[in-house]
Amino acid sequence: MLMKIRIANVRKEFDRYPALHGVSLDIHAGELIALLGPSGSGKTTLLRLIAGLEQPTEGTIFFGDEDASHKSVQERNVGFVFQSYALFKHMTVADNIGFGLRVRPRSTRPSRADIRKRASELLDLVQLSGLGKRFPAQLSGGQRQRVALARALAIEPRVLLLDEPFGALDAKVRRELRQWLRELHDKTGHTTVFVTHDQEEAMELADRVVVMSQGKIEQVGTPDEVYDRPNSSFVFSFIGEGSELAVAVSQGQVWLDGEKLALDCSGVADGPAQLFIRPHGNEIVAARAGAIPAVVSNVRRTGGSRRVDLLAGASAQKIEIDLPAAAAQDLPEHIGILPKHWRVFPRR
Amino acid sequence: MALTRGFVIKKSSIIPGFGLTLGYTLIYLSLVVLIPLAALIIKSAGLGWMGFWQQAFEPRTLAALKVSFGLSLIAALINAVFGMIVAWVLVRYRFPGRRLIDAIVDLPFALPTAVAGIALTTLYAPNSGLGQLLAPLGIKIAYTPLGIAVALIFIGLPFVVRTVQPVLEDLDAELEEAAATLGANRWQALSKVILPAIFPALLTGFALALARAVGEYGSVIFIAGNIPYYTEIAPLLIVIRLTEFNYAGATAIGAVMLGISFVMLLLINLLQAWSRRRFGGG
Amino acid sequence: MVSPGEIALRDKRVFGAGLPPATGETRSVRLALILAAIAFIMLFTVLPLFVVFFEALRNGLPTYIAGILDPESLAAIRLTLLVAAIAVPANLIFGIAAAWAIAKFEFKGKSFLITLIDLPFSVSPVVAGLVYVLLFGGQSALNPWLQAHDVQIVFALPGIVLATMFVTFPFVARELIPLMQEQGTGEEEAALSLGASGFQTFWRVTLPNIKWALLYGVLLCNARAMGEFGAVAVVSGRIRGVTNTMPLQVEILYNEYAYVAAFAVASLLALLALVTLVLRTLLEWHYGDQISATNH
Repeated sequence: MLMKIRIANVRKEFDRYPALHGVSLDIHAGELIALLGPSGSGKTTLLRLIAGLEQPTEGTIFFGDEDASHKSVQERNVGFVFQSYALFKHMTVADNIGFGLRVRPRSTRPSRADIRKRASELLDLVQLSGLGKRFPAQLSGGQRQRVALARALAIEPRVLLLDEPFGALDAKVRRELRQWLRELHDKTGHTTVFVTHDQEEAMELADRVVVMSQGKIEQVGTPDEVYDRPNSSFVFSFIGEGSELAVAVSQGQVWLDGEKLALDCSGVADGPAQLFIRPHGNEIVAARAGAIPAVVSNVRRTGGSRRVDLLAGASAQKIEIDLPAAAAQDLPEHIGILPKHWRVFPRR
Repeated sequence: MALTRGFVIKKSSIIPGFGLTLGYTLIYLSLVVLIPLAALIIKSAGLGWMGFWQQAFEPRTLAALKVSFGLSLIAALINAVFGMIVAWVLVRYRFPGRRLIDAIVDLPFALPTAVAGIALTTLYAPNSGLGQLLAPLGIKIAYTPLGIAVALIFIGLPFVVRTVQPVLEDLDAELEEAAATLGANRWQALSKVILPAIFPALLTGFALALARAVGEYGSVIFIAGNIPYYTEIAPLLIVIRLTEFNYAGATAIGAVMLGISFVMLLLINLLQAWSRRRFGGG
Repeated sequence: MVSPGEIALRDKRVFGAGLPPATGETRSVRLALILAAIAFIMLFTVLPLFVVFFEALRNGLPTYIAGILDPESLAAIRLTLLVAAIAVPANLIFGIAAAWAIAKFEFKGKSFLITLIDLPFSVSPVVAGLVYVLLFGGQSALNPWLQAHDVQIVFALPGIVLATMFVTFPFVARELIPLMQEQGTGEEEAALSLGASGFQTFWRVTLPNIKWALLYGVLLCNARAMGEFGAVAVVSGRIRGVTNTMPLQVEILYNEYAYVAAFAVASLLALLALVTLVLRTLLEWHYGDQISATNH
C-alpha cells in the first residue's frame, strides 16, 4: 500500500503567527524523506498538517489523488510517532501496540486473538519479543521508541510520520536506532516522513532531504545534492561543516580584502557576498596570489586528522580546515589555501 | 508512653538540631495527638469486649453509623462525578470567570462548618430560599437525609477537584493526539486513555471526601433534623451520649469512628503508594 | 463542503476555546460541561455564601451591628481570637520543627511519622473533642489530681485550645514538609561550612526559602482554628459569655431563633473565609513555585 503525498501551497498561521508560508512538496510513494531544519523552521508544523492534527490556513494536502482535508485525523490512517513517544502508561506494551486495532468500529475490528497475534508479530519486527507484558515505565528510552513505532505500524498506516524520533536518546542508542530504522524501512517499504534538526541523521537516513528554514523550503534533494550543490547560504551552512568568509564579487571574480582569488563565480551578481568553504579536500600552498592568504593560529586534533584554525585575509576572519596529520605537521605560519569544495552566495 | 522506634541517622550530617527538632516533634505529637487518642482506645478497652460490643452496636448506634456512612458514600460519589467535570473544565477550557471559580472551589475548605450549616439550612428549609421553590414539587431537602447529603456534598467538594486538577494539568496532550492518530474517536480516547490515567487521583479524592464526610458534624446537624434512626449522624450521637453522661456509650462510638478513620487513612496511603508504583516511573 | 480556511477561522471564534478540533470536544459539548460545572459550583458555594450575608443584613445595617456588638458575641469574638492566638503559633513552631527534622535528616520510621502527623486530618472533630473530655473530664483518671490543684481543662479555655490544636495540628507541617524535602540540604550545608551557627542558618537561609509556604500554612491553620466547631462544641461546655467561641455562639443564637444575630456573627466568619481565600489565591499566583501544592 504505497502512498504518495502532495502538499500544494500550504500556509499555516497560528493566531497570526506564520508558521508556514505557502509550502509545496511532492513526496514519492515508498520513499524515506526527512524534513530538516532548525527549530522554528516549520518542519513539525508541516508534519502535523500531514497527520491532520492541525488544519492548514490555506492550501491542500493530497493523499494519493484524494484531498485529505475532509478526513479527520482518525480517518487518515497515519502512523504518528511522537517525540516523547506518548505511550499509554497504564497499559502494557502489548496493549499499547494493539490499541489502534481495539478502537476500530465493530465491523472492521479484528478478533482479540488476531490482535494479540499482530502485536506479537510487531514486537518481533521491532526486536522486542517477549516484552509484551511489561509497562512503559519499565523500558529504556530506546525500547519505548520502538514500542511507539510498533504501535504506529499496527494500524497498517498509509504513511509513517516520525517527529524527532531519536531526539531524547543518547548518542550511541541514537546511532543504532538510525540504522535500524533504515533497515525497517527497506523491509516494510512504507512512505515515511521524519522530522529532525540533526543534519547528520537526515543525510544518513533519508532518500531525499527537505531543508527548511523559517517556514519555507530552502531546497529539496538527495543528500548528495544538498551537500554538493546547496542552492543557498543557509543550506550550505546548515548541512555539513563549513567556514564563511565575507568577500566581494566583481565581474565574476572573487575578491578578499582587495586581493583577487583564483575562483570563478561567473553566475553571481556583483556586490558583497559570502564565500563558503568545506573543511576537507583543501590544498595548502605557499602564500601566493590567487590563494586565500591565511595565518595559522591553532592546530587541534579531531578524530584521526587535524583541525587547523586560521585567520584569513587582511581582515583576519576565522576559518577552519581539516588536514591529515602528516600535512599538519611543520605547517608554516603564513599559508595559502586553494579550496576544493566551495560556493559563493550574494550576501542577503 | 514508650517510643519504640529505633533512630538510625543514615546520613552523617553536619546540620544541627536533629535531636532538638525530632525530640520536640515527638513530644508535641504525643501530648496533643497520640496520648489523647490512646486514652480513647484504653477507655474503650476498659469497657470489656461485651460492654464495648453492646454499646457500639446497639440499634440506635448502628442506625447512626449507617446514616453517616451511607450518605457520605453517596455524597462522595456525586463529588467524584461533578468534581471531575469541574476539574476538567477548569484545566482545559477558557471562559470568563474561570479564575474566580478556581478560587472559590476551596470555599468549603475555608468556611467554618457551623456557618455552612446554618446557611444551607436556611437555603433549603421549606419556608425559604430554594426549599420554598421545591416544596410545591414535593421535594423536601432540609430535615431529611437529602439535606444531609447536600451538606456532605458541600464539604467534600474541594477534595476531588484539587486532587484531580494537578494530574489533568500534567497530562500530555500528545497522548490524546496519539490515540486520535491510531483511530480512536473522542469517546474512546477519553475512556481508554484519559480516564485510566486520572483514575488513581480520582479515587484518592473520592476517599478523602468520604473520610471527611463520615466524621462531619457542624455543617450537618443544622440541616439534618436529627431524628434518631432517620437523620441522626454518628458524631451527633456521641455528643448526645456525653450530655447524658453515658461515657461508655460515647467512648464506644468514638472508638468505632476512630477505627473507621484509621482504615480510611490506611486505604488512602495504600492507594497513593500503589499509584506511584504503577504509574510513577515517568 | 467546508474549506480548511473556514475551519481555522472557526477555531478562534469558539467560546470556551479548548484543544483544536482534531482532538477536542465539539463546541456544544464544551459549553454544556462549562455550564454544568459553573452551576454545580454556584449552587454549592456561592449560593450559601450569599445566604449568609443576605440573612445577616435582612433587617438593615443597625440590627446587624447590634448583633455583633452584643456582649456575648463580643466575648465569643475575643475568645476565638485568643484561642487562635495560642493554637496557631504553637502549631507553627511544631510545623517548623517537624519539617526540619523530616526534611534535613534521614531516619527510620520517617514515613510513619508523617502519617501520624496527618492523623488529625482523618479524625472526626467530635472524636477530637471527645478524647480530651475522656482524658481530663469528670470521670477521667486525671480528674482527682486536677480537682485537687483547681485546674480546669475541660469546659474552660485550656480544653478549647487543646482541641483546636488537635484539629489544626497538621496544617503548617503539611505545607512545609514537601517543600523543604524538595529544597534539600544543599544551602544549609553551604551556610554551615561558611561558619554560620545552626540558628543563623535557619534564620537566614531556610526561612527565606519557606516564608511563603509558611504564610500559606498559617493562613489555613488560622482559618480552621477560628472556625472549628465540632471539637470545641464537645469540649467547651457552652457556658455563655465564657466558653463560647464564635461558631458556638452562632449555634446558640440560631437555636434560639435569633436568626439575624446568628447570621451576623456568621458573616464575620464568612468574611474571614473570603479573606483567607483571597490571600491564598494571591499567594499561589505570585509564589506558586515556592509553595508545594502537592497536598491539596
